[in-house]
Amino acid sequence: MIIQVLGSGCPTCEKLFNLTKQAVEELKLGTEVEYVTDVRKIVAMGLMQSPVLAIDGKPALVGFVPDVKKVKEAIIKNIP
Amino acid sequence: MFAPLQLLADWLTYGLFRIAPQSLLGSAIDFFVFDTTKIFILLAVIIFAVSTIRSFLPAEKVRMILSRKRAYLGNILASLLGIVTPFCSCSAIPLFLGFVEAGVPLGVTFSFLVASPMINEVALVMLVGLFGWQIAAIYIGSGLVIAVVSGIVIGKLKPERLVEPFVFEHKLSAAYEGAKMAWRDRMQYAGGYTVDIIKRVWLYILIGVGVGAWIHGYIPMDFLARYAGPDKWYAVPLAVLIGIPLYSNAAGVIPLVSALTEKGVAMGTTLAFMMSVTALSLPEFMILKKVMKTRLIVIFASVVGVGIILTGYLFNAILK
Repeated sequence: MIIQVLGSGCPTCEKLFNLTKQAVEELKLGTEVEYVTDVRKIVAMGLMQSPVLAIDGKPALVGFVPDVKKVKEAIIKNIP
Repeated sequence: MFAPLQLLADWLTYGLFRIAPQSLLGSAIDFFVFDTTKIFILLAVIIFAVSTIRSFLPAEKVRMILSRKRAYLGNILASLLGIVTPFCSCSAIPLFLGFVEAGVPLGVTFSFLVASPMINEVALVMLVGLFGWQIAAIYIGSGLVIAVVSGIVIGKLKPERLVEPFVFEHKLSAAYEGAKMAWRDRMQYAGGYTVDIIKRVWLYILIGVGVGAWIHGYIPMDFLARYAGPDKWYAVPLAVLIGIPLYSNAAGVIPLVSALTEKGVAMGTTLAFMMSVTALSLPEFMILKKVMKTRLIVIFASVVGVGIILTGYLFNAILK
């Protein structure tokens, strides 16, 4: 399973990246979170918002959510 | 409509806090209590309504609508859709790329890029709360005209050669449908969004209204008319220049300028300042450099800037 946070490198994107790392750690998933700043990857998914949390290349969360619980829910729901 | 709030403010200030009604401190505190309660109520109601509409119009759907439109009609639609679509400078690049790859003309894309940050619900609430419906309507109307005209002008300048080539290399690959939403989800989304925004802006509003209340109570009427009254030609361009670096604090800036208007800054100058704060943003320009040449950003900023300055002069002449 590949967990990625894609963003344009803005402060909000970084916040989502940190939240996601925290969520993955608390869920004990044992995977790394990748931070992707190539915006073209976001557009390739058909999305136009930043940041995006993607699991195995599929968007799980679009736009910033300031809540670890929501991030965890999004990850659990999208685990293949 | 807000008469009960005035009663509440009066009761708190003069009854509970026992401050003398005619004192400067009394008038400042009364003003602060009345304005902040009014703004927070308006924020909750208007943001909830706008984000409910928004749940029907995600950016991906807006792109679908605009991709089939040409100039003129496209510019008008893009500006209108910009009002209800959220915009964060983080999303400027994916939005730009996404529009272009779906075949939305560049001029139409620029209309959207102007309208979306300029006419947003927080600015709207502050305007209705502090200046009234008429000024809020003037702001929206002239903001739309600026967005439409700027987009048409930029479209005529053949901006394609000033955009980084990789922008056009993309083909629309996947279409994200988004989750299907029931009414309950929409309400939940709107409620969550409203709480988010209020959490983000409440401190700015308190500080802005606080300083505004101080100005209201302590600075003499028409104090600023000498420097920024309607007859001062340099006030409008100066206000626009000052507004460019002040992006993130629209919630705090509007209560401040409302107090300044009362002290003699002309209404057109104030409108131009607020438009510049919201529509022209330095951080956004830096981000846009990733996809377009500096010349295009300069053209973009100048066309919109000139539009805002003309609007300022126009309303300085009309609203006396």
